[in-house]
Amino acid sequence: MKPGKFTYHAPENLHAANQLLAELGDDAKIIAGGQSLIPVMNLRLAQPDHLIDINGISELAGIHQENGLFTLGCLTRHADVETSPLLMDKFPLLPAAAKRIGHLAIRNRGTIGGSLCNADPAAEWPLIAILLDAHLSIQSSGGERHTPAKEFIQSVYTVDLGADEILTTVAFPPLARGEGWAVNQICRRTGDFALVSVAVTLKLDRQGHIERLRLCLGSMDVTPFRLIDVEQAARGKIPDKAWIHEMAGIAFDAGSPESDMHASAQYRREMAAHLTSEVLTEALGRCRAGT
Amino acid sequence: MSGGNLIVMEKRPITLHINGCDIDVLIEPRKLLSDVIREDARLTGTHVGCEHGVCGACTILIDGRPQRSCLTFAIQAQGKTLSTIEGVVGEDGGYTALQQAMHEEHGLQCGFCTPGIIVTFEAYLKNNPDPTEDEIRDVLSGNLCRCTGYQNIIRAIKKAAAMIRVDVGGA
Repeated sequence: MKPGKFTYHAPENLHAANQLLAELGDDAKIIAGGQSLIPVMNLRLAQPDHLIDINGISELAGIHQENGLFTLGCLTRHADVETSPLLMDKFPLLPAAAKRIGHLAIRNRGTIGGSLCNADPAAEWPLIAILLDAHLSIQSSGGERHTPAKEFIQSVYTVDLGADEILTTVAFPPLARGEGWAVNQICRRTGDFALVSVAVTLKLDRQGHIERLRLCLGSMDVTPFRLIDVEQAARGKIPDKAWIHEMAGIAFDAGSPESDMHASAQYRREMAAHLTSEVLTEALGRCRAGT
Repeated sequence: MSGGNLIVMEKRPITLHINGCDIDVLIEPRKLLSDVIREDARLTGTHVGCEHGVCGACTILIDGRPQRSCLTFAIQAQGKTLSTIEGVVGEDGGYTALQQAMHEEHGLQCGFCTPGIIVTFEAYLKNNPDPTEDEIRDVLSGNLCRCTGYQNIIRAIKKAAAMIRVDVGGA
């Protein structure tokens, strides 16, 4: 239960971190919060030769509202999202999602960038980033590129990130005025990984018909995924009880959940249906309350 | 030495600021903060349970915020303000309100999880002096206790919160 030997690097700026990565390649691993990396190092499931600690690069942390987007530095801790006055006021979906991650002590250290790069199919940030079409900025010594979260997160623990690249910021487009939202998950105990998670946003027009629906499921496949066809088909419909029931049925059949020691595939399907019904009802309540 | 697998342990001198004292240690970068606190700083009140962030026994305060010392390398803690259970002392050198309440409500049996719980809630109650039971349970989910069944711990935390509110209110 002790990590193997590694060489420790603590670059003082992003440029130096990129150079180290370019030099060391696959032998190096970036450490941000370390709340997923250090457990696997302690268990010797990972034994990187070099650790590049980016915690000293202060430009990578922080929450900003700019150009109509809410931009979070990759080093922003979950707890800072949870307690950000700006986000609690203007984008309460993000603090609500952050609050569901692990435990207080984990949220105080773990980062949004680390969670996205780790790409655990049960994790919160991949679910929310895909739900909201977050834009990610990625820096290498060659320059900066941008990619949507849906393309960045490719499979279980697999992301589109080159050996010399660092995810620097995550930008969330805000919800529309009056757009409802809800996030929920099933865990055996508070703080455990989600057996199933569901997140939605829902916007109604003046007549109460659906103008825009976004519905994203987590732990039901190798990555979280949106039900794009269903979202498009929902436009113009009236979100009554029968419609919510229909959506729960669709969630039941979605993805290809696995059976493991924590839950059977059948149980995951049943919980996906149940959660879909719950979050749609909750989001609808927010639409009608005008928040 | 030909053919020998001599592993050279590259130790580095670092200074940790723990409970108000600067402590110089010579450590390998791979050494966990929890192990350095226990073995090098000789502060054994911080307990090591699962070593992968699940049990909460190793929780300490880093810059005032509860964090897992088994999920941080000591070398990352340079320049940070660390406080452990040894740094939790009441105003007159006796128990804090939380320690007194844990004592009165029988909030511990074997005591293995207790330092992590005390450290977590000393910080939590400072920022949240009037938590609901749901909020207490949510925070306590980060600390496993295999003896008490948690009920007495929750009772103790509620009692401590009330004691702290009276103290602050009367001051």
